[in-house]
Amino acid sequence: MAAVTPDQLHGHHHGPTGLMRWITTTNHKDIGTMYLVFALIMFFAGGVMALTIRAELFQPGLQVVQPEFFNQLTTMHGLVMVFGAIMPAFVGFANWQIPLMIGASDMAFARMNNWSFWLLPPAALLLVGSFLVPGGATAAGWTLYAPLSVQMGMGMDMAIFAVHIMGASSIMGAINIVVTILNMRAPGMTMMKMPLFVWTWLITAYLLIAVMPVLAGAVTMILTDRHFGTAFFNAAGGGDPVLFQHVFWFFGHPEVYIMILPAFGIVSQIIPTFARKPLFGYASMVYATASIAILSFVVWAHHMFTTGMPAATQLFFMYATMLIAVPTGVKVFNWVATMWKGSMTFETPMLFAVGFIFVFTMGGFTGLICAIAPIDIQVQDTYYVVAHFHYVLVAGSLFALFAGTYYWLPKWTGHMPSEKIGKWHFWCSIVFFNLAFFPMHFLGLAGMPRRIPDYGLQFADFNAIATIGAFGFGFSQLLFVLAIVKCARGGERAAARSWEAAEGLEWTVPSPAPHHTFEEAPLVR
Amino acid sequence: MSQASENRALLVRLAVGAIAMFGFGFALVPFYEKICEVAGINDIGRRDDAVVNTQVDTTRTVTIEFDTNLHDLAWQFRPLQRSVTVHPGELVQVAFEVVNNRDYAVAGQAIPSYGPRIAGAHVRKLDCFCFSRQTLEARERRVMPVVFVVDADLPGDVNTMTLSYTFFEVAGTQADVAAGRGGAG
Repeated sequence: MAAVTPDQLHGHHHGPTGLMRWITTTNHKDIGTMYLVFALIMFFAGGVMALTIRAELFQPGLQVVQPEFFNQLTTMHGLVMVFGAIMPAFVGFANWQIPLMIGASDMAFARMNNWSFWLLPPAALLLVGSFLVPGGATAAGWTLYAPLSVQMGMGMDMAIFAVHIMGASSIMGAINIVVTILNMRAPGMTMMKMPLFVWTWLITAYLLIAVMPVLAGAVTMILTDRHFGTAFFNAAGGGDPVLFQHVFWFFGHPEVYIMILPAFGIVSQIIPTFARKPLFGYASMVYATASIAILSFVVWAHHMFTTGMPAATQLFFMYATMLIAVPTGVKVFNWVATMWKGSMTFETPMLFAVGFIFVFTMGGFTGLICAIAPIDIQVQDTYYVVAHFHYVLVAGSLFALFAGTYYWLPKWTGHMPSEKIGKWHFWCSIVFFNLAFFPMHFLGLAGMPRRIPDYGLQFADFNAIATIGAFGFGFSQLLFVLAIVKCARGGERAAARSWEAAEGLEWTVPSPAPHHTFEEAPLVR
Repeated sequence: MSQASENRALLVRLAVGAIAMFGFGFALVPFYEKICEVAGINDIGRRDDAVVNTQVDTTRTVTIEFDTNLHDLAWQFRPLQRSVTVHPGELVQVAFEVVNNRDYAVAGQAIPSYGPRIAGAHVRKLDCFCFSRQTLEARERRVMPVVFVVDADLPGDVNTMTLSYTFFEVAGTQADVAAGRGGAG
C-alpha cells in the first residue's frame, strides 16, 4: 500500500476533477485539508498585519502608518487570527482526525461540512476587503466594543457580516462534530475509550453551539443600533454600552477555551507517543476539560473589572477565575507525569508539545495574576495583557497546531516531515516568540497602554527588542511552509504507524490515508 | 432507528439549542436591566429617594459648578447659573436653557455625570429634565429646572463638585425603545 500514490487512491472516486473536486467535495479529508490551507493563508495575512504593527512600534513616534490605520490593523489582526486562523485550523484538524480516530467513514453530514467550509472564504473576503472601503476596516478593537463599533464606517458592517457568516460556519461545523462523535463511533469505542483529542473537541463543539449564537446576537444588536434605530448600547435611548461588554464576554470567555481545549487534546495525543507511556490520568483529563468548559460560563466579567462593578461581583468573578487554574493545573501535572520516567525522544511534534507545556504554563500564570481584581485594575489594557494572551494563544494554541501538523503530516501526505527543518522551525519559533513577547510583560507593568501607535521614550528599548523578536518569529514561519511543502512533495515514506509508539485507530490505516477509510467499521476492544 | 435518522434527530436538537442561545443573547438585555435596577447600578435617569434627614448642615458649604455639552446635536444648551454655593441638606433649584436651532422638532435625552465621581452618590435629584426625553419643536427655547439636595453624608473633603449634562439626540424611531426601557427614557 505504501507505494500507492494519492492519485491512484482517488482512482475509484468518480467525482469531478480539478477545481470542481474541491468545491463540491464532501470528503472529510479534502475538507480538512481546505480548512488547514485556508487557516494557513489567514495566519500569514494576520501575521503581515502584526508585523506592520510591530514595525510602527519599533521606535517611538509615527514612522510607518497613521494612527487610524494602526487601529484598523490591531483590530483586524485580532479578528483574522481568531476567526480566520486559529478556529478554522482546529476545525481542519477535527475534520481530518475525528473520523479517523473514532473509526467513522466520514463526518455525519458530509454536505453540510462542505457548506461550513465554503462559507469561510467569502467571510474572509468581506473582512479583509473592508480595508478598501471608505473609512477603512473597523478600528473598534477585535472586541468590537460599543459605542466605538456603533460609530464606525461601513467597514464595521462588513466585519459584522463576516462574523455572522463565520459564526454560522462554526455552528454548523460544531453540530457536525457532535453528531459524528456521539453517533458514529466504531463498535466498542465507548466514550471513555475515545482519544483525548476527540473528547476535547466534543466539549469544544458544545461550547461553540452555546456561545457563537450569543456573539451573533451581540453583533446583530450593533447592526440594528447602527442602522435601524434601536438603542441597545446607546445611553440616550435607554441602552448601556457596558451591556455590550457583558454580552460579548459571555461569548468571549468560552471562546478562549474554544481556542485552547483542542490544543490540549492534540498535546494529550503527542506526549504519550513520544514518552512511550499511556497518558497519565485519562479520566481526570476528561473531567478537567469538562470543568474548564463549565467554569468558562461564569467568569466573563473578569474582562471588565474596571467598568465599575460592585466589590461583591468583582470578588465572585475573581475567585471563579482563579478556580479555573485547578483543572488546568491537573492537565499540566498529568502531562508532566506522563513524561515522568518515560522513554522520551524529541522529534519535532514532541518539541512543540513540550514547548507548549512550558510556555503555555507561563501564560497561564500571568492569567492568574490578571485574575486578581486589584492587580487587573493596574494592568488592564496594558501590554501585560497583550503578553498574557499571546503566551496562551501563540505559544498555546498555535504551538499545539504546529505540533499536531508535524505529528499527523505523515498520515496526511504519506511522507515523514523533515526533522531538520522542523527542529529549526521549533527553535527559531520558541526563541523569537519569547524575544517578542517576554519584554511586553515589563512594558505593561511599566504602564504602556495597548492599541496605541506611539509611546513614551522610556518604553523604546523593550519595544525595539519585541519588534526584532516579532520579525524573527514571523519569518521563522516560512520554515513551516517549507516543511509542509517538502513533506507533501516527497521525502521518507511513512509507515501506517508513522511514529514508533503512536496509539489509535488513525495509525491502523495506510499512510497517506486513502480517500475512503473505515467503510467497514473497525472493532475496538 | 437508522443511523441517518438518528443523526438527523440529534442535528435538530443541537440546532434548536443554537437558536435558543441566539435568543438568550437578546434575553441578556432585559436580564441585565433588571439586575442593574435591583442592584441600584446605572440609575442615572431615575428620580432619587427623598432625603430622610432634612437637617441642613450650615457648618459647611459646597460649591456646585454646572457644565453642559451637546453630542452631535444642533441645539444650544447652557446653565442659567455657572455655579451655586449651598449647604448640604438644603433644597436647591437651578435652571438650564436649551434652544433647538433646527427648523424641525428634535428629541434629545440628557445624561448627567459628576466630578468627582464619589460626589454623584450624594446628589439627590428630586426633579430633573434628564428624567425624560425632551422634544423641542422647531426653534423652540425652553428653560428646564433641576431640583436637588446634596445630602449631608457628602465626604468632608469634597468642597467643589461639577454636575455635567450631555444631550444626545434620540432618533424619532427610538421613541418606543426609549419609553419602554428601565425608566431611563
